[in-house]
Amino acid sequence: MTDAMSLNGTGNSTGQGASPGGAEPLDFEGWVCPMPLRDSPTIVMGHGGGGAMSGELIDHLFLPAFGDAAAAGDLPDAAVVNVGGGTRLAFSTDSFVVKPMFFPGGSVGELAVNGTINDLAMVGAMPLYLSTAFILSEGTAMSDLGRVANAVGAAARAAGVKLVTGDTKVVDSSSGDGVYINTAGIGVLRDDVDIRPTRASVGDAVLISGDIGLHGVAVMSCREGLEFGTTIESDTAALHGLVEAMIATGADIHVLRDPTRGGVSATLNEIARASAVGMDLVEQHLPIPQMVKDACGLLGLDPLQVANEGKLLAIVPAESADEVLEAMRRHPLGAGAQRIGTCVDEHRGMVVARTGLGGTRVIDLPIGEQLPRIC
Amino acid sequence: MKYLDEFSNPELAKRLIDQIHAVTTRPWAMMEVCGGQTHSIIRHGIDQLLPEGVEMIHGPGCPVCVTPLEIIDKALEIAKRPDVIFCSFGDMLRVPGSSQDLFQIKSEGGDVRVVYSPLDALKLARANPDKQVVFFGIGFETTAPANAMTVYQAQRLGMKNFSLLVSHVLVPPAIAAIMESPTCRVQAFLAAGHVCSVMGTQEYPPLADKYKVPIVVTGFEPLDILEGIRRTVVQLEQGRHELENAYPRAVRDEGNLPAKKMLLDVFEPTDRTWRGIGMIPQSGWKLSEKYRDFDAEERFSVTDMHTDESPLCRSGEVLQGLIKPHECAAFGKQCTPRNPLGATMVSSEGACAAYYAYRRLELVETT
Repeated sequence: MTDAMSLNGTGNSTGQGASPGGAEPLDFEGWVCPMPLRDSPTIVMGHGGGGAMSGELIDHLFLPAFGDAAAAGDLPDAAVVNVGGGTRLAFSTDSFVVKPMFFPGGSVGELAVNGTINDLAMVGAMPLYLSTAFILSEGTAMSDLGRVANAVGAAARAAGVKLVTGDTKVVDSSSGDGVYINTAGIGVLRDDVDIRPTRASVGDAVLISGDIGLHGVAVMSCREGLEFGTTIESDTAALHGLVEAMIATGADIHVLRDPTRGGVSATLNEIARASAVGMDLVEQHLPIPQMVKDACGLLGLDPLQVANEGKLLAIVPAESADEVLEAMRRHPLGAGAQRIGTCVDEHRGMVVARTGLGGTRVIDLPIGEQLPRIC
Repeated sequence: MKYLDEFSNPELAKRLIDQIHAVTTRPWAMMEVCGGQTHSIIRHGIDQLLPEGVEMIHGPGCPVCVTPLEIIDKALEIAKRPDVIFCSFGDMLRVPGSSQDLFQIKSEGGDVRVVYSPLDALKLARANPDKQVVFFGIGFETTAPANAMTVYQAQRLGMKNFSLLVSHVLVPPAIAAIMESPTCRVQAFLAAGHVCSVMGTQEYPPLADKYKVPIVVTGFEPLDILEGIRRTVVQLEQGRHELENAYPRAVRDEGNLPAKKMLLDVFEPTDRTWRGIGMIPQSGWKLSEKYRDFDAEERFSVTDMHTDESPLCRSGEVLQGLIKPHECAAFGKQCTPRNPLGATMVSSEGACAAYYAYRRLELVETT
């Protein structure tokens, strides 16, 4: 594994939630420290959170250490590289450490395949090949590993990608807990596609492909100490087919992102900052299922900050919005697609929602994972 | 959720807002006591919809915010010990002490766990008989019954490896302290509905009478809050100062009698320091003599630890409604949710954090 790959696995300089399984909310074991001390002499959970602390770790430790061996730029979730002959490849890696390993609607196996595929899909690439590296702690039940491996195989088959290389390591039980998976992926880009977080412009429409908050709530519902009854299942899915259908409309799609860790809130904030536009959302247009609202109400969480694993946010020119939305709705993974807002000239770098009562509120970048409130 | 969504109905809210506008003839300043209400007001933009001059002052009702630094430092000291499993509600973990926080303790090998109920901590104690399990028992009257029940059960089960680090605070003494302040601007209170669902309403008429302030027991959904504000304005406009219950679906006058009985048995009143405000006499609960063996401060000998608060932080004035969060020079500069100087910037229910999260837009545009 190269340095660049392990680097990306710790989180991203853009602060984006690239590791869908990397930091799920609500189990302290897997939690990101939301309020860490800045000058920490040791690694704390927050350094893997994909937020400000991960960014600092990369900017102040990894990048200086790597020097000119690191590519210019901000080491995004998926890099686009030219390999000669006019071919552009997308390359991405991600590590998956979700707890519990199995949750309603999936397991770390599906996440590991779909997560990396989605990182490639979000630059408009068609994913082709994946690597899988397993880090297993001694004592893991063979039957559990078997279930996870089956899930990896099934997800890759369903997505039409080939698993072409792999690795297995075992650590003693004091060094790990269960099954960790790293996947890296390669995909190819079409000539006419230019999808980047910096391309949102004033007037663009903000679209979402379906219901918000399913994955995060599904995982929370079976966390130790927080178990609550729900029929909600994780939405984990590979999104490249949906993206292909959107690109096929011929619309000039400006930005695509999957709102994983940190949820819709984190993702839109990052796009607003990267593109220096403001965003206005209409709260009533956000597709939040009642059960997600209820679970979040119970736990004192904001559905907009809860992780999704099979949804994408798209920023498209206003004149193409209806056409792209139609194409999304025709695809099974975009049936619940909605227009939720608009990119505006005001409050650049910030996301603001009009509330149901007619007030406004700032939709903020989460500091870390959300913690259940005391009351 | 039944009894929840009905209380966010935009049309009904509009009607209440219109009624508030219709009855208001001059400026009024009222305080919502509870942090949950502050969160809801800012989250839904309710204060933007009120008549010019009707001002919501955000009170000291976030239990995370008012827990003194000294108690946090005691928690850290206890959590460091190798024989301890330290359990807490989630949002206390983000509160920095003088030099560390609970996450740092954990990364250095401390066993720090989040539980959703103190009874889960008791379960942990039973499952780990060779460890000392400590629960961080903070909060207002709302969270106290569950903590009391836990200690009661621990005693009944004869458990020697469970204890409670207690920092309970009480609403009525805080209302009195705010009204006694010479710079007090508060003309009325929205009382905290969930506190009253435990304790009932009987402590409040004497306060309304003594300080000549309307006190309206108020819930947490948008319609609840608007109705509380409406009733408060009506009282103010009519020159009345009475206790009213605008949250009858959760609050009975006598409160929750079994819970109150349990509280009286397990706790007794004590002087308590509030972060940013200082000591308020008889404003908290500690374990009563009968349950003193379960006091973590005694068990781990941290009773003598003392810590001072940050001199830059004006959270005390924010908590008393003397300034708005953004009027503090450190707001959004030296003090952010990432690097909070004071507790009001820590919890999402804290006034400074709520302003930072939801109000930065207008604040940014004016600076």
